[in-house]
Amino acid sequence: MEATPGGFLLVLILVAPVTGLLIGFAQGGRAAERIALWAAPLGVTMAMVLLAGVLHAQAPIVAFVGGWAPPLGLALRADGLAAAMLMTTAVIIAAITLFARADYTTLPGAPEARAPLAFWCFLLALWAALNAAFLGGDLFNLFVALEMLTFGALALACLDGRATQFKAELRYLLFALIGSVFYLLGTALLYGAYGTLDILLLSRTARSDAPTIVAASLMTVGLLGKMALFPLHLWLPAAHAGAPPAASALLSGLVVKASYVLLLRLWFWVMPAALLLAVAPILALLGAAAILFGSLVALRQARLKLLVAYSTVAQIGYLFLMFPLVAGSAAEVAERAWTGGALQAISHAFAKAAMFLAAGVIARGMGHDRIAGLHGAARVAPLSVLAFGLAGLSLMGIPPSGGFTAKWLLLQSALYAGQWWWALVIVAGGLLTGGYVFRVLSAAMRAPSPDFMPAAPVDARQERVALGLAIISVVLGLLPLAAFGLVLIGR
Amino acid sequence: MTLLLDLILGLAVVGVAVWTLAVRENFPAVIGFVAYGLLLALVWVRLGAVDVALTEAALGAGATGVILLFAVVRLRGGRAEIDAATPGPRQRLAAGILCGVVGLALAVAVLSLPDPAPSQAAAVARHLPELGVANPITGVLMAYRGLDTLLEAVVLVFAVLAIWSMAPDRRWGAVPGPVFPVQSNGPLSLLARLLPPIGIVVGIYIAWVGADAPGGKFQGGTILAAMGILAWVAGLWRLPPVASRGLRWAVVAGPLAFIGVGLLGFVFADGFLSYPPAIAKPLILLIEAAMTLSVAAALVLMVAGPPEGRRA
Repeated sequence: MEATPGGFLLVLILVAPVTGLLIGFAQGGRAAERIALWAAPLGVTMAMVLLAGVLHAQAPIVAFVGGWAPPLGLALRADGLAAAMLMTTAVIIAAITLFARADYTTLPGAPEARAPLAFWCFLLALWAALNAAFLGGDLFNLFVALEMLTFGALALACLDGRATQFKAELRYLLFALIGSVFYLLGTALLYGAYGTLDILLLSRTARSDAPTIVAASLMTVGLLGKMALFPLHLWLPAAHAGAPPAASALLSGLVVKASYVLLLRLWFWVMPAALLLAVAPILALLGAAAILFGSLVALRQARLKLLVAYSTVAQIGYLFLMFPLVAGSAAEVAERAWTGGALQAISHAFAKAAMFLAAGVIARGMGHDRIAGLHGAARVAPLSVLAFGLAGLSLMGIPPSGGFTAKWLLLQSALYAGQWWWALVIVAGGLLTGGYVFRVLSAAMRAPSPDFMPAAPVDARQERVALGLAIISVVLGLLPLAAFGLVLIGR
Repeated sequence: MTLLLDLILGLAVVGVAVWTLAVRENFPAVIGFVAYGLLLALVWVRLGAVDVALTEAALGAGATGVILLFAVVRLRGGRAEIDAATPGPRQRLAAGILCGVVGLALAVAVLSLPDPAPSQAAAVARHLPELGVANPITGVLMAYRGLDTLLEAVVLVFAVLAIWSMAPDRRWGAVPGPVFPVQSNGPLSLLARLLPPIGIVVGIYIAWVGADAPGGKFQGGTILAAMGILAWVAGLWRLPPVASRGLRWAVVAGPLAFIGVGLLGFVFADGFLSYPPAIAKPLILLIEAAMTLSVAAALVLMVAGPPEGRRA
């Protein structure tokens, strides 16, 4: 495929946050915060222009960096899926920018402090890494993006600087690094076998031989570890739940999705169809196990943030149900399943970001996050409890919500494809999700004891940001189905 | 004869690796790790990859070894925590089995790779004249796959800030790492006074020659960093505090120059990171110079660690 007009936009989307990070770090003080505040609307605008461009062309936008065409050079490609993920990223980052001002602002004239500088720099860093991961058209370039993502996410998660948190994040680092090594080994094997790492070129030549199978296994296991798919989820709950709210929202909502998109590229582009057919049921089986296990464990959590983190373990499972439904199905069923999977990734990103932000506000207002002791939370932080509930609707898959459309599409394609057992898992997962969401809501709605006092005042702006994200996750379900034809462009 | 030599080298690499894993104490394990890196560099030389060998020796064995040594020193006195975090026999067995399976699968895969291996070497060489450089590795790192190198350079900045951000809040703004007393006599003092003048010249030369021969920013920058660390440990040079603007601009100079030149490509050439053939080499050297500075600064800061502002 040739480079297309508009390729400069891909470069700008990638380079703008990187430049912001470099200047913000070097200049110090309030610079990074101010850059992030300016970058947020700029990033949303760029993502919108790109999305419009992809829709208008009904084809991917492609740039060859430095003018060198693959296999010698690197390609950046924005297909429909990438454009949708970039838009999701830009909106959530912008929301988190607004949310985090209350926690990490530096007043004019105040001396530079550790946490604000690191937060704003790594917010920009993570944004650049996510953009690189969604746009990358070359498997090694994507490795670099994954490394940026891991270090950025890790630094953000450690921001509070508590010893218990370091322990959880160290475990995350070990899982992520072992995952990276596996991914890199697979990449090296693929280069040895085909002499290129460009995803499109590989998709034309990949064979089902020993090096390819070993490479695929290594890369898949590595990416599953980074995504925390059951049974490689051990690191996620403590790492996500212990981070500051703004960081948790990024980690659970967006960072795991980068590895997911890369896994889709590996299996639906690079690998030969025969191999995909053999592996797809295994991936879906792990996904189903994640849905049931994650939801059951979430149901039994005593703490709100851990509940939300286990909910991520479960919701990641849904992303894998699409593999056997897309592979080997008739075109129409495959399109439905693909759209369902992509929409699940997007709506979960909004819903989970909203949930973690809301949980953070609630925990601050109440002074703790024990679910049994949340009585009166709806009075302390009403909008946050509402945001939690709306996001919960989307996670359960109750209409109208983005999560409903996603799960409905997956359920339909499971029935059309004659694989009804996945439909059972989807329904069971929805019921269990309902169980843990209502557990939180019913505790929060309960009247507090007469001598109850809120632990800290709640920031109304933070509440509104969480609610805004939750509303987006619901409104996604009101869009006509044709709007999601976007994610099919360039498939 | 060469086969015998390769065989001995290969066995030595495996032997040192096993020894590094088996040894119980931290300090000898780090020494084993450094020896392993140096042997691996020899393997790369035997494979004809001199650039990789230099990088492995400088970064894999040298810089990583020093960072690990500092970690060993910091870990002294944390016996209980270390014991609690050390994996038990079952975990070790599981890890060993996993490594064995992965190793076996890799061996099968590598042995069934096509021979001769498909490669971009011919295309890399064909376009080198457009860049004005003679070292194909530099062509790959600075032009064909420039974006990879740019992002890796940004990761260095991440690393510095990530390490700094692990500091306690009250130390923010202080000098990174411990402050060493001035060594006025003894071997370290002599070494720290004699070696840097030579090392700085060698480091700059290695970075400069990278355009046309094995070498480059990462290797040269590492040598410069080593000289800085030597002078720092001997108390002859005080690191600037983390709040220092100069220090921070030194860390970001490389990636910023890279992006700046890259963006100029939109105006004067064929898009981002594309160099006009007439001035391709000067532009590449400009980026390499800035990158050498940044690599050296970042490595010194990674070894020094988070701001402490305490006397060692």
